[in-house]
Amino acid sequence: MSLTLEELNDIAEKELSRQQQFSRQIRVCCAASCLSCQDADLTQQLQQTARQQAMGETEIKPVGCLGLCKEGPLVSVHPEGTLYSHVQINTSKAILLSESSLPRPSAIDPGQSLFFTRQNPIVLRNSGSINPERIEEYIAVGGYKALYQAIRNMHPGEILSQIQQSGLRGRGGAGYPTGLKWSAVAKTKSTQKYVICNADEGDPGAFMDRSVLESDPHSVLEGMAIAGYAVGAQAGYIYVRAEYPLAVQRLRTAIRQAEKFGLLGNNIFNSSFHFSLTIRLGAGAFVCGEETAIIASIEGLPGKPRPRPPYPATSGIKGCPTLINNVETFANISPILTRGSAWFAGIGTDKSKGTKVFALAGRVKRTGLIEVPMGTTLREIIFDIGGGISDNGTFKAAQTGGPSGGCIPKQHLDIPMDYESLASIGSIMGSGGLIVLDQSSCMVDVAKFFMEFCTSESCGKCVPCRVGTMQMYTILDKITRGQAQLSDLEQLEDLCDLVRSTSLCGLGQTAPNPVLSTLRFFRDEYISHIQDQHCPAGVCSLLTGK
Amino acid sequence: MQTNAEAVDTPLDSALSKTKDPQYRMVNRIMCLHNYQPDALIETLHAAQDSFGCITLETMRYISHMLHLPLSRVYAVATFYHYFTLKPPGKHRCVLCMGTACYIAGAESIEKAITEKHHISPGETTSDGEISLLTARCLGSCGLAPAAIFDDKVMGQLTPKNVLKQLQDWRDHVADT
Repeated sequence: MSLTLEELNDIAEKELSRQQQFSRQIRVCCAASCLSCQDADLTQQLQQTARQQAMGETEIKPVGCLGLCKEGPLVSVHPEGTLYSHVQINTSKAILLSESSLPRPSAIDPGQSLFFTRQNPIVLRNSGSINPERIEEYIAVGGYKALYQAIRNMHPGEILSQIQQSGLRGRGGAGYPTGLKWSAVAKTKSTQKYVICNADEGDPGAFMDRSVLESDPHSVLEGMAIAGYAVGAQAGYIYVRAEYPLAVQRLRTAIRQAEKFGLLGNNIFNSSFHFSLTIRLGAGAFVCGEETAIIASIEGLPGKPRPRPPYPATSGIKGCPTLINNVETFANISPILTRGSAWFAGIGTDKSKGTKVFALAGRVKRTGLIEVPMGTTLREIIFDIGGGISDNGTFKAAQTGGPSGGCIPKQHLDIPMDYESLASIGSIMGSGGLIVLDQSSCMVDVAKFFMEFCTSESCGKCVPCRVGTMQMYTILDKITRGQAQLSDLEQLEDLCDLVRSTSLCGLGQTAPNPVLSTLRFFRDEYISHIQDQHCPAGVCSLLTGK
Repeated sequence: MQTNAEAVDTPLDSALSKTKDPQYRMVNRIMCLHNYQPDALIETLHAAQDSFGCITLETMRYISHMLHLPLSRVYAVATFYHYFTLKPPGKHRCVLCMGTACYIAGAESIEKAITEKHHISPGETTSDGEISLLTARCLGSCGLAPAAIFDDKVMGQLTPKNVLKQLQDWRDHVADT
């Protein structure tokens, strides 16, 4: 089956008129985080009550992430837009029946809360408003129109230049210009090419990709299909973590529905363009976020990186040119084509365009999923959106980029969050994990935590990474035990330099970052551990026990 | 002669019996779906682990035979990825998240409490085979830190106390009665 534009519009209109039958809509957050704290299936319970009370004018539907994960389970009621937090079965009835005698959950007005007003959702445009398991709802909000535009009205070259002009950069962490990456693959002469969506979100403390896949899987599929058309690929893989069963399930549903509607498969929109998608499950290897390792893993091999060049753009899966982008990058594509590259380039900073999704977590009052324009300062994110430090703590540092990133201390709170600014103080944008630390965290311990992560996630192929991370870990461990000397610090810095400059892939090259960054801003804590056998934060128990 | 033939179970016999074994239904289905191509190895191992709880040498032999891969390659992949386990799991599974957010929220103290009370470290199973303790790099439930998976349910905002209670309930078979 192949859709025409009229049929696509028909589906949208039908869905919209279905929705108009209801005067009230109750949206229940059904992303993993909220689901895990519901005491029973909230959607089902509410639907059952609505049926019993014959409330035909109220629609109760599961939606994707509503953002404010810490206050879950969340339910939002429309058209008012009120958001209810910590909703459990006994309090949910009050929302539905609006009877004052019933116990009510606490309500938040998103229009008044800085958590919501400071955001600018592009990637998360449909998150929390559509049912991720119904393709009709995605089509009703204009979904797959960009794909139609691309295939029927645009030349691949036009799409490439649109993406290039938009200034979109890879959201996986490195920030390589997406347009350049696409052009490199498009330029190759091969008849067989592939597109890979990297959803192997291995950074501890990051859940952006999971949320996007759980909340709006079709936006990623559409982005991938457009990429396939632009670069001349006919097949794609989504490499997703097996640890995200709900995301996998929603992706499978989404692919099945898109295939049924002819939005994936052969002759999409009656053109000569074919595009098929396959899901590949990751198996818990952080290194598989690296381009060449992900390819090895998709081929059924241990996920070990190989030297580049050749880059995947010329030789990837089965030796064919392969385009690899992150989930968030693909989710940006359809809005860019619909609203134009100039609109996108108007958001953000000079060199970092658009928005960035962050997973805000740690010692902050409002944890959750946020999307802000590039260049928003760290202070705005933590104190306006995040509501400040929890439990009346004091801000100590923010960790970005996970094990490849660094810590941002107090004196840099006003740094704009963009690729260049973060790199200038030794951190990285990373994929979007943002962990807030307060006075109760020991920076040496945090560095040790990440180094322990790198030692166990190092694939073992190259010596600097395999042995170097282990040696760095040993020194850090010695410091936290109060058994180190000042000369160990020098050796640690030498090792950082060596591992960074001689490792084969990104994992090893960036593994010293957490150490270097904590040494740069919190050197006194290291010294205090070494000279006074004292841990200022009181975390390293072997020291404080003395 | 007949007794001999029964005693010597050739790889082919063993493989033939498994192609019809209902326990191997998922594994066979995945291999068939991928046309027995070698790149289906990881997907097949996932199916095997879902079906049996772990990946045994016998299963690896079968997969290597069916996908025409050397056993060493199957073993290499099964041991490279952290998600796969070769050890049979306990009746219940507790997966502690050790992601950054959970770590700074005190996941380590929960781990210590479990180790003290039940004498198991991550990767181990209690001697009565009731509980396996595992750790995960990040469950992606950072908003609820510290989080853990109990059997198949993710739970957040944990304390050593309520984790220990859950584990004790498992050992006391509270849900069974």
